[in-house]
Amino acid sequence: MKQDKKPQAVSEKRIYGFGRINRKKFNKDKMHKILFGSREKDGLIKKTVIYALLICIGFVYLYPLLYMISNSFMSLDDLLDTSISWIPSSLYLENYKQAAISMEYVKSLLHSILIAGVPTLLNVVICAIVGYGFARFRFRGKRILMALLIFSYIIPPQITMMPTYVLYTDLKLTGTLWSFILPALTGQGLNAPIFILIFYQFFKQVPNALLEAAKIDGAGYFKSFVKIAVPSAVPAIITVILFSFVWYWNESYLTQLYISGYYVKGKWTSLMVKLKSFDANYTSALQTVDSVTVSNNEAIRMAATMLTILPVLLMYFILQRYFVESIDRTGITGE
Amino acid sequence: MKKQKVKKVKPGVMARREERYGYLFILPWLIGVVAFLIVPLVQSFQYALADIRITPLGRVIRFVGIENYTQIWLEDAEFPVGLMGYLWQTLLSVPVIVTFALIIAMLLNSKIRFRGLFRLIFFLPVIIVSGPVMNMLTSQGAATIPALNIQAISNTMNQFLPGALASAVTEVFSNMIMILWYSGVQILIFLSALQKIDDSLYEAAKIDGGSGWECFWKITLPLIKPMILLNVVYTVIFLSNNEHNEIINIIQRAMFAGNKGYGYASAMAWMYSVVVTFIIAFFAILLITRKDAYEKQVRRIKKENKKQAKAIRRAQRRGRRYEARQKAASRI
Repeated sequence: MKQDKKPQAVSEKRIYGFGRINRKKFNKDKMHKILFGSREKDGLIKKTVIYALLICIGFVYLYPLLYMISNSFMSLDDLLDTSISWIPSSLYLENYKQAAISMEYVKSLLHSILIAGVPTLLNVVICAIVGYGFARFRFRGKRILMALLIFSYIIPPQITMMPTYVLYTDLKLTGTLWSFILPALTGQGLNAPIFILIFYQFFKQVPNALLEAAKIDGAGYFKSFVKIAVPSAVPAIITVILFSFVWYWNESYLTQLYISGYYVKGKWTSLMVKLKSFDANYTSALQTVDSVTVSNNEAIRMAATMLTILPVLLMYFILQRYFVESIDRTGITGE
Repeated sequence: MKKQKVKKVKPGVMARREERYGYLFILPWLIGVVAFLIVPLVQSFQYALADIRITPLGRVIRFVGIENYTQIWLEDAEFPVGLMGYLWQTLLSVPVIVTFALIIAMLLNSKIRFRGLFRLIFFLPVIIVSGPVMNMLTSQGAATIPALNIQAISNTMNQFLPGALASAVTEVFSNMIMILWYSGVQILIFLSALQKIDDSLYEAAKIDGGSGWECFWKITLPLIKPMILLNVVYTVIFLSNNEHNEIINIIQRAMFAGNKGYGYASAMAWMYSVVVTFIIAFFAILLITRKDAYEKQVRRIKKENKKQAKAIRRAQRRGRRYEARQKAASRI
């Protein structure tokens, strides 16, 4: 590097006689320093490259979303007009209206919240208990059970899907919320192994002295869990709630199979399932409502997609801090 | 000091009670594992060897041996092709996703402003990524980078690569944004791992004259290696359970198809899980087996020392034997 070879005097001047002399002398060294940076500071070129890359990639990331938003406001004329690529000529809300009617938005939204919310709460409680059990107790076969936990994460759910479906059919649980509650209640909910591991990691970090002190004061195992371990694990609990909710919300494969029914449509439905079969639903729904029939087009599809992700999107922007910091705080990456 | 003999003690009352409570805490999960993992696993294995029909009288299970598997491989049109496509595509896109996540994480880790905003953007896809949404976006062509000329890429690929691989490469390119979208969680995992690296390591390396490039290969990469494996496993699982993935939809359709049924679908699921396990094992072996250079050297020197010690002992033994023989000879 060039600035390393500078004589000692110059750098001293820089430290003591700040400013004037140097500011006037716009020499090659300084130019170099500004462009390529020194030990302490990054140079202008590096900074520009980093910002440019980040902004470009950020745009690419947001591109589908922007496309979706802009398209969802376009009327049919705007769609066909090649001169309009991003900004619609007028604020056209008909698409959203049509999409909401055909998806039965309010009903599906409530169902979605229930389908995602109830198993999430169970997931948090059960995963916390199981994670505590793994982290804080010594018992035989712990290593094997931990291996089993990871194994249960790795195998695809498709393999256990058929027998479970048969089981639910025999118990007449398909088409009810119970087919999601039951696995969540036994620590087998969606991505539960990850959550158990998060809690495991977290409860390991609770200082042992704290729990021992509680024990000496006469607290039993459950009491010390509820009064000491749980309050200290609030970040983990928030993380698990957020992720569990979002993952259940976005899940439509098992929801369609167990809850809303694959062929026979049950009472329950969720926004994702509705979106999945949007094209098929669209025409039939509008025929029964008998409004001004607008033929299905991509703007309406985009509006439907937007409506589906809108609740989680809002949640994300309100609770963004918890989402983004979640992984830092769960200690997946070690202490 | 006298060496204390470690007596083997039976676990005391406290230890036994602790053990009991440990089991009590994980009891819900244990029940779940038996009810929703082990039993279905065994059943599914049986199903895969049987033909299951749903008749008005109930389920009729007929044992057919490996007929399901042979039927899938010899007669099914879409499953083997889909499986191969999935295999290639995953093997290709996992490195792309993880490398990309690492690059983004390193960019975010440098001293920049608006880090929070960028993190917000890069994490956003995690919230909205799901099968139906992706299908909608892909069908509208919103999943490709507009400046990318897919046709040109696909033509070149078709010239130079064999069919399955070429289509996988094209698929990766044409769904570039989607692939980038899958890297939200991985970016954050890498970022928090990078932030935990001690700065003094880099300073020490710089004093010794290490460039940024060398620092990356010799400090950053070895330190975040466990995270790379974690991210790879996460990515593979995510890709294979994602609804955008055609295989799992084929399996679901087969479940309810009149001529296929549960047995056939189970056989498919088993083959699918074998492929998934193979992919994970492949990446795990790739990432785990490479030992540290230092460790390797230590091991080699230890081995050599052992060999030398052995040789010395052998020489001594021979010497003693020789002496004894000499003595015996002199006595005579």
